[in-house]
Amino acid sequence: MIASTIPTPHVDWFALSPSLSLLAASGLCLFVAVLLPEWLRKAFAATIAFAGFATAGGFAIALFNHSQTAQTLLSDSMSRDRLAAFTQLILAATGAVVVFVGWGDRRRGNAGEYYALLTAAVAGMAFFVSAENLMTLFLGLEWFSLCLYVLCALDTDRAASLEAGLKYVIIGSFGSAVLLFGSALVYGATGKLGFAQIAAANASNDSFLVAGLAMILAGLMFKISAAPFHMWTPDVYQGAPTSVTAFMSAATKTAAFVLLVRLLNTAFPKESDIWTIALAVIACISLAWGNLAALAQRDVKRLLAYSSISQAGFMLIGVETATSRGTEALLYYLVVYSALSVGAFAVVAARERELGAPVTLESLAGFGWERPVYGSALWLFMLGFAGFPLTGGLFGKFFVFSAAYDAGDWWLVIVGVVATMVSLAYYLNVIRWMYMRTAPAPRVVVVGGAPPREWALGLAVAGCAVVTVGTFFVVQPILDLASDAAAALPF
Amino acid sequence: MATTTLIVLPFAGALLVALLPLPRNATAWLAFLISLVEVARWIVAAAQYDFDKGGLQLSASTEWVQSLGISYSVGFYGFSIWLVGVSVIVSAAAIGWALWVGRERPRAYYALMLGLTGAVVATFVAQDLLLFYVAFEAMLIPLYVLVGVWGGERRSTATLTFVVYTMIGSLLMLAAVVAFGVTQGTFSLVDSGTSDNTWIFLGFAAAFAIKAPLFPFHGWLPLAYREAPIEVTAVLSGIVSKTAVFGFIRIALPKFPGPVHDLRGLILVLSGAGLVYGSVLAFRTFDLRGIVAYSSLAQMGLITLGIFASNDLGLDGAVLQSVNHALISASMFLLVGMVERRTGTGDIPALGGMARGRPILATVLLVAGMVALAVPGSATFAGEFLIMAGAYGQGWGYAVVVALGVVLAAMYVLRLISAVLHERRGPSVREEARDLRVGELALVLPLVACLLVLSFWPALVSESSFAGDRASAVVSQGFR
Repeated sequence: MIASTIPTPHVDWFALSPSLSLLAASGLCLFVAVLLPEWLRKAFAATIAFAGFATAGGFAIALFNHSQTAQTLLSDSMSRDRLAAFTQLILAATGAVVVFVGWGDRRRGNAGEYYALLTAAVAGMAFFVSAENLMTLFLGLEWFSLCLYVLCALDTDRAASLEAGLKYVIIGSFGSAVLLFGSALVYGATGKLGFAQIAAANASNDSFLVAGLAMILAGLMFKISAAPFHMWTPDVYQGAPTSVTAFMSAATKTAAFVLLVRLLNTAFPKESDIWTIALAVIACISLAWGNLAALAQRDVKRLLAYSSISQAGFMLIGVETATSRGTEALLYYLVVYSALSVGAFAVVAARERELGAPVTLESLAGFGWERPVYGSALWLFMLGFAGFPLTGGLFGKFFVFSAAYDAGDWWLVIVGVVATMVSLAYYLNVIRWMYMRTAPAPRVVVVGGAPPREWALGLAVAGCAVVTVGTFFVVQPILDLASDAAAALPF
Repeated sequence: MATTTLIVLPFAGALLVALLPLPRNATAWLAFLISLVEVARWIVAAAQYDFDKGGLQLSASTEWVQSLGISYSVGFYGFSIWLVGVSVIVSAAAIGWALWVGRERPRAYYALMLGLTGAVVATFVAQDLLLFYVAFEAMLIPLYVLVGVWGGERRSTATLTFVVYTMIGSLLMLAAVVAFGVTQGTFSLVDSGTSDNTWIFLGFAAAFAIKAPLFPFHGWLPLAYREAPIEVTAVLSGIVSKTAVFGFIRIALPKFPGPVHDLRGLILVLSGAGLVYGSVLAFRTFDLRGIVAYSSLAQMGLITLGIFASNDLGLDGAVLQSVNHALISASMFLLVGMVERRTGTGDIPALGGMARGRPILATVLLVAGMVALAVPGSATFAGEFLIMAGAYGQGWGYAVVVALGVVLAAMYVLRLISAVLHERRGPSVREEARDLRVGELALVLPLVACLLVLSFWPALVSESSFAGDRASAVVSQGFR
């Protein structure tokens, strides 16, 4: 037989199980989209997607428990370690919550596709975060990016959604191209693709390597939407279907950030004096630009988009330290941030469905009193973003700052503190609109009174709120997991 | 446990009030009841505390973030017993006042008031820097909404300035907390040592100076005190400002002996300036709230003077005067509220002649005013005398400033009393405006009664705050 004569690598199916289970769910959703009658599709596809996320999450937990020592798979192209498993768990949880957020979206005939793309995107991210060489990195990046491009443009009857999709494709492809070019330069300088081999090649002085590193960084910065690589973020976040924005803002950042720390600390540890400065500068620009631009926004989705840019700045401070403490801080921050971001966009989705129009600050007037549960949830999320007590946001900022101070970057602490002060202006402004303004004129009310209660969305918001508050009280267990995950990297 | 229940009770009460769909009055009564239970709980705690022994008592500690040395640890010192005591009493009076006048959206309102109480209490018992920061910051959230939703016409500007000022202070403190804790390896106030870093000290000092407020960080004070609902102002000036006193005594003095020594002169001068400046403003302003508000600025300057005199007399006096001021400022603000409810205004030219036919109002206001202006024999006289004696230890000039402040206090308080009670009947004072009602008396009398008790026995507080007469030793040894 031919198969016996060609040497095939040993495949550790278990390590790939999160991705594979999500791919299976994605395939099933596609079958649903063509085989079932339309009225059944959404319920089936959503159930399958949720089951897929639950399975992937379960596998991620099992992987975490059975990967004390990091190992590489498939000819050193993938890694099986706790960092990947921890991230996959966050991603699966985010996806599961987004299933609930997206449940109330009015989809005409593409519900099956929506859930198929969602699961496929998370499958790609799960693959991406365990990438151990530049090829698998690019593969994973394109895998989930392609899904996201389509998801953004999924509301084909809304011009804004199509526009968002198109913008994301163009700028995203540009980012990918830059990353690929950078990879080529690094390969040219070292002759290696694997992260560990690149580090071992000892080519620090090679200008190709440095240029390649810069371009790879730029490509990843597009994905985490750090300024000045953020241009697509406000438009895409605003135009994309809100449940997709919720998903993107949390999951894409999580995946890209984890890969960023993995890549920088395994492939370029010797160049850390270069990239720490670069990241510190990018963090400062993100904090400044994200916060200042957010001050001027009226559209809530745009405001949250700029807020996510500034949040990326805070997380970059954690990466910049190049210590295990900074990585723990980053991972902790990602858990909290995912909950905050999905939750905030979910509340926006609720208001949007109620009004049938984009949510501006003006249309939030009186929202807090009209919808006490959603209102207090959005209040909580805003306080979380701003780093107030009783939310995990406080500890997120606190850990990042202490890691930076510990690494000697006290000036980044000052920058972060000033940025937090500025950010309060718009986070508290949302609260002010919700509670301290009254609606300008009686709005047209849909015949039949209040819109139906969306239990699915309510559950999603409640889940995010529980994580937001829970991460304030239960800190050490999460931090322990994060430190186990960070131990997979060579610090 | 005792301490934890004191923190948890108001928060749990806040949740209960917010979630139970009770009618308006029932909600208010429930909140008032919870605040009274809190007072009772404090009395039990104070009875358990052994004042002769001093030191940290009724403490509880649970690990929170082991890897960074953060724990939930709480406990009482002698002086924090008294600060918590006035806090729960003033909160109960404020909630009672809200019950008396009725507030819109009661479930949210009372939940926030109770939450504020819980945060203030937590600040006073925190024995971990991060917990302290959390509680300090948590006060801001209810205050922001309380002023912003239930405040007066210019509440929007008031909340904005208030939040901007306090958050600048808080975040500088966060940076200082991070720097101090990371350098020390622990965030525990009990276990950590001292630091010589002036910048870290300034981070803390800025937060406390803004919260107090001290001159020249008082920019938020006039608007916030005028625009907030009057009982919120009472809480704000009476007890929230005292968290700064706690911070100075528990954190600034014992943890930063070097910077305190270097900057003592500057802080004393600023405190003295605030004392005189606030007094002059209080004498010149044309509304009742303004007078009490600026007098708070003056009093906080005085208290800080006592603290940074850093000797036995000054520290004992500062704690006694903090307790006095909390009670006075709460009762004065509530009395102002009662006058405003009868006349619809707090402008001095529109008032006057209210003593005629309203003997109870006249008596209560006069008694409270006499205590406020530190008539010899009153609790405030004892407090101010102690501070003056303490300030003398740092130089006779400071004692002269304190004396000047005492004289100015007499001027502005007498001006307030005569503007309300005496002179010609003001255009806004209607003949049929009633005397104090039983409900109002029930709120303000306990506060005045506490003041009278302290007037007869000021040593109750001043002798027990730091286990006898060793205040400066206790503070400089870090409360060990």
